[in-house]
Amino acid sequence: MAKIQETIRDLADRYGRSKESLLPILQGVYENYHALTDEAMVEVARELDISAAHVYGTATFYSFLESGKSGKYIIRLCKTITCMMHGKNLILQELEDILKVKPGQTTSDGLFTLKETNCLGQCHKGPAMLINDTPHTDLTPEKVREIINEYRIKEHMPLN
Amino acid sequence: MTRNLQRLDLIFKDEQDAEVVLAQTLARPDEDIINDLIISGLKGRGGAGFPTGLKWKLTSEAQSDEKFVICNADEGEPGTFKDREILSRVSHKVLCGMAICGRIIGARQGYIYLRGEYKFLVPELQQSIERFHELLKKHELDFKVDIFMGSGAYICGEETALFESMEGKRGEPRNKPPYPTSKGYKNKPSVVNNVETLAHTFSIFKYGPEKFRDLGVKDSRGSKVFSVSGDTPIPGIYELEFGMTLQKFVDDFGDGDAKAVQVGGASGFCVPRKKFEKTIIGYQGKLTGISLPTGGSMMIFNSSRSMYNVLHNYLDFFVEESCGQCTPCRVGTQQLLIGIEAVKRGEKSSAYLDKLLDLAETMRLTAKCGLGQSVANSFSSIVENFREEMIY
Repeated sequence: MAKIQETIRDLADRYGRSKESLLPILQGVYENYHALTDEAMVEVARELDISAAHVYGTATFYSFLESGKSGKYIIRLCKTITCMMHGKNLILQELEDILKVKPGQTTSDGLFTLKETNCLGQCHKGPAMLINDTPHTDLTPEKVREIINEYRIKEHMPLN
Repeated sequence: MTRNLQRLDLIFKDEQDAEVVLAQTLARPDEDIINDLIISGLKGRGGAGFPTGLKWKLTSEAQSDEKFVICNADEGEPGTFKDREILSRVSHKVLCGMAICGRIIGARQGYIYLRGEYKFLVPELQQSIERFHELLKKHELDFKVDIFMGSGAYICGEETALFESMEGKRGEPRNKPPYPTSKGYKNKPSVVNNVETLAHTFSIFKYGPEKFRDLGVKDSRGSKVFSVSGDTPIPGIYELEFGMTLQKFVDDFGDGDAKAVQVGGASGFCVPRKKFEKTIIGYQGKLTGISLPTGGSMMIFNSSRSMYNVLHNYLDFFVEESCGQCTPCRVGTQQLLIGIEAVKRGEKSSAYLDKLLDLAETMRLTAKCGLGQSVANSFSSIVENFREEMIY
């Protein structure tokens, strides 16, 4: 907790303590912890001198800010129309097979959280997904397998 | 199939003279620049189509100690990806447009509201902004641009929801009026322009309004960047002149089997094959009798596609992205989705579709913002043109 207080203070120093800084600060907390816990929201409210209810109301509005703990890598697979037309369901199946999780769940090693999301703006290269901030496009089941394995190798947890 | 694409190359043209164009434009009086924009006929490229010159003029006339220029890069309409491309290839043109706008309206601060999904663009965009700040210093223009990140909410592309979001609140649209030109971000007069609109202002500053006006057709002047996807062998971004028929578009981009084109994304219209010939792409296009939102999303569906699945996907999208503030949109989107599922399963008769069409029309009339109002566009155009696919 002490650490999260420090993070929030640093973010407030950087972005300021006006209410216009709320979203950047929440984004900063989420980027660091991949979760927006009640404690963190109360602390942000204290730091900006606004109500915790206001912070909670704002935070829960945005799909990229979630209270539950996510894995180190958040996979957001696009489920909107053109990605769906180009085989998004096959990609989802492959991801579920490799990761052994359903959308909304996190792998047992805490590495990956699988999510479905709305249009990523990569419609000409669908199916597409984001892993944290990085887009991966023109996905095929084989390509997905390679990508996930690359992340695992980076974390010294290769599949094979 | 031979293709004869009449592509234009204005926006993405790699112009090395941004500094010269900026200096020349800054040397001109505000009124002249605004007049050029009005003469050019440039309208907002985000979809709503408000005349850009008039927007700048109104904001310049508003009295306030503080004003803002905001570049709307919250590109979330399904099937749209042009702004991403513009920002990654020619961001200096967008920044130039913002700075000139700032000088004219009297704003010292500009923001680029960038959708969270495009965060990977930030490092390069930030560099481009820093280079641009150096340039502004040379010309002694007191104007600064910052990036403000969105966090995954389609509705924040609606300009007043965007203000709320920047003010640290839920992205819930405000009542209009007052309009942003008098009360925008922090209740101060603000210009909100789409990325592409700002990039076009650069071309107008450089080449003059006549050249821009020569392109396109009546009431739809200039070129437009289209995002083409779906059943096409050549998906991608294309800058084309306004005024082409949908038939010509499908001949150029389709796979030879197009049965429908969704113009303007999920909030736009679905045009069936039999209407391709008489549908013109442009603001005043007589598309299904209603003016056409032209954000530039063009999705092609061939005859293998189920239009029920397409509509289901759109409604799913709207149910999630409705901000929930007003009842017509919050409940309406859910009921439309439940309704078409019930008809498909045979639990409701096909006549129930007419009730759903009424509901969509009610949403058009009563929803607070463009999201809820425009659900009827895709819903009605798909249900009316592909009714049998909704039932069987």
